[in-house]
Amino acid sequence: MATTATQPRTLGTGRRSRIHWIGIIHKIFVYVLLVSISLFFFFPLLWMMTTAIKPTSQMFQIPPIWIPKPPQWDVFHTTWNRTNFNVYLGNTLLITILSMIGRVGSCALVGFSFARLRWPGKNVLFLITLSTMMLPFQVLMIPQFLIFKEIGWINTHYPLWVPAFGGAAFYIFLMRQYFMTMPRELDDAAKIDGCGWLGIFWRILLPLSHPALATIAIFTFMSQWNSFLEPLIFLSSSKKYTLALGLAMFRDQFDVDWNAIMAMSFLMVLPCLTIFFLAQKYFIQGISTTGLKG
Amino acid sequence: MGLRQSPAMLQEHFLSRSRRHESLMGWLFATPWVLGLLLFNLFPFVYSFGLSLTSFRIGYPTEFIWFGNYVEMFTDDPVFGKSFGNTAYFVALGVPLGLVTSLLLALLLNQKVVGVPLFRTMVFVPSIVAGVAVALLWLWILDPNIGLVNHLLREIGIRSPPLWLQDEDWAKPALIVMTLTGAGGATMVIFLAGLQNIPTELYDAARIDGANSLRQFFFVTIPMLSPVILFNTITGIIGAFQVFTLAYVATGGLGGPNNSTMFYALYLYNISFWWGRFGLGAAMAWFMFVVIMVFTMAQLALSKRWVFYAGE
Repeated sequence: MATTATQPRTLGTGRRSRIHWIGIIHKIFVYVLLVSISLFFFFPLLWMMTTAIKPTSQMFQIPPIWIPKPPQWDVFHTTWNRTNFNVYLGNTLLITILSMIGRVGSCALVGFSFARLRWPGKNVLFLITLSTMMLPFQVLMIPQFLIFKEIGWINTHYPLWVPAFGGAAFYIFLMRQYFMTMPRELDDAAKIDGCGWLGIFWRILLPLSHPALATIAIFTFMSQWNSFLEPLIFLSSSKKYTLALGLAMFRDQFDVDWNAIMAMSFLMVLPCLTIFFLAQKYFIQGISTTGLKG
Repeated sequence: MGLRQSPAMLQEHFLSRSRRHESLMGWLFATPWVLGLLLFNLFPFVYSFGLSLTSFRIGYPTEFIWFGNYVEMFTDDPVFGKSFGNTAYFVALGVPLGLVTSLLLALLLNQKVVGVPLFRTMVFVPSIVAGVAVALLWLWILDPNIGLVNHLLREIGIRSPPLWLQDEDWAKPALIVMTLTGAGGATMVIFLAGLQNIPTELYDAARIDGANSLRQFFFVTIPMLSPVILFNTITGIIGAFQVFTLAYVATGGLGGPNNSTMFYALYLYNISFWWGRFGLGAAMAWFMFVVIMVFTMAQLALSKRWVFYAGE
C-alpha cells in the first residue's frame, strides 16, 4: 500500500532511494488506475448528454463524436413540449416534496421516541420495526392496491405520498442512532429549565440534528424522484403520471428517436446530480453511518 | 401511616406520575409509525397471506383454495420456474461481482493521493441516477445495430457482435453489467467508511511481523471489514431479488427474449397487474419473502463463523 514507501527513514541511502522509486511508481500506477476507472464509470453519463445534443447526421458516425458541431440545444425545449412533461414534472414535484416533509417529520418524531423516552412495548416495537426492513414491497403491493382501491385512491397521488407520513423503518433507525449519540445531559438541562418532552425534541435535539434530517430528505427525494413500480401500479391516466413513468411511456412512443429520449433522460437525472453536488457531504455521512452501525 | 414515610411515597408518587407521562408521550411520539406500521405494513402483510390462499382474480368469483396457488406455481407454471432461475442467476452472479467491484473501488479510493475526492465523486455519481433514465441510456449504448458498444466491437474486427438485450444468452449478463455501474454507490461508500475505521496500528504491527501488502489485505483488512461485508451482502441480496425497473424498461415489461429477462419481481407484477391474478401473485410474493428470510437468517447464522467483531 501507499504508506509502505514512506516508512523506513533510518536505513542507508541506497535502500532509501530504491524505496523512493517504488513509491513513485506506485503513485503513478494508482493515478492511472484512478483516472481510467473513474472515466469508465463517468462516461455513460457523458454519452447521454452528448447523444442528446447531437445532430442526427453525426449520431452514427465512426469514430464517435464527443463534442457535436453544432450542438443542438433546442432538443430539450422541443422534446419537452412534445408531450406532457410539464404535467409530469408538476406531479413528481408534488409527490416528492410532500413525501420529504412527511418522512422527515414522522421519522424524527418516532426516532426521538425510540432514542429518548421509556415506554412499555418499546423494545418489541423496535424489533418489529427492524424486521420490516426485510419486507419486500412485492409482499405489500397487492393488498395495498386493494386497500387503496377500496377507498378510491387508485389513480390519485395519495398512495404515493401519504404512506411517507407513517415513517419508514430504515430512516427511523437512522434518526434513533443519531439522537442516541447526543448527550442526555442536554435533556436534563432542558428539563430543569422547565422544558417538556416536546420542548426537548423541538428546541434542543432537532436543531442539532440537521445532518440526519438532511440525509433523510435527500434520500427520500432521490427514491421518490426515481420511483417507478409504485406509480406504475397506482396510476392509470397519463395526466397523473410522474416523470419516471412518463419517460418510460415516452420511449414506447418515440422508439428510435434517441436524441429525444436521451435529452429527456438527461433532464430527468439533472436534479439528482445537482442535489448530489450541493449536498455530497450528507450523502456520504448518511450512507456510512447506517452501514457501519447496522 | 406515619408522616416519616410520606416523602418517599411522595417521591414515588411523582416518579410514577412522570413515568406514566413519559410512557404516554413515548407512544404519542411513536404514533405516526404505529399507524404506518399497521396500515401500510403489518395489515397488508397478513392480508397478502390470506389472499395467497384464495383464487382471487379480477372479474372472477373468489374461492378459498388453501395452498392451491403454491401448488400451481411449482407444478403447473414453467415461466415461474424460469423467472426464479433468472433471479437466482442474477443474485448468484451479480451480487458477488458487485461486491468485489465495490470493494476494489473502495480500496483504490482509500489511497492517500491528491485528487481522491474528485475521483470518488466521479465513481459515485452513476449510482445516484438510477431508474428509468439509466435503463434507457443502456438500451441506447447496447443497441445491437446503432449502439456504441457494437460500433466499437465492429471497429476492432468483430463481425457479428452480440445482440445484447435482444439475445437470450447475453441479455442477463448485459443487465448485470448495467447494475455494476452502480457499484461505486452506497456499497462502495460503506466499504470505504469501514476501511477508514481500521486502526493503522494493526497494519504497523503486521508490517513489523513481516507481512507484505497481500498478507496485510487478507489477515488485517478482510477480517476487520467482515461486519461491513456481511451488511453489504445481505442488503445486496435483498435488493437483487427485487430487481424490476431495469428489466421492465429494458424489455418493455415483457421480460424477453424468450423470458430470459423475466425476473421474479417482473413476473410477479405481470401475474398480478397484467392478468389480474392477485391470489397467485400474493402467493408468489410470499414465497419470495420466505426465500429472502431464509437467505438472511442463513447468512446471519453463518456469519458467526467468519465475521469478526473487533469491539467484542
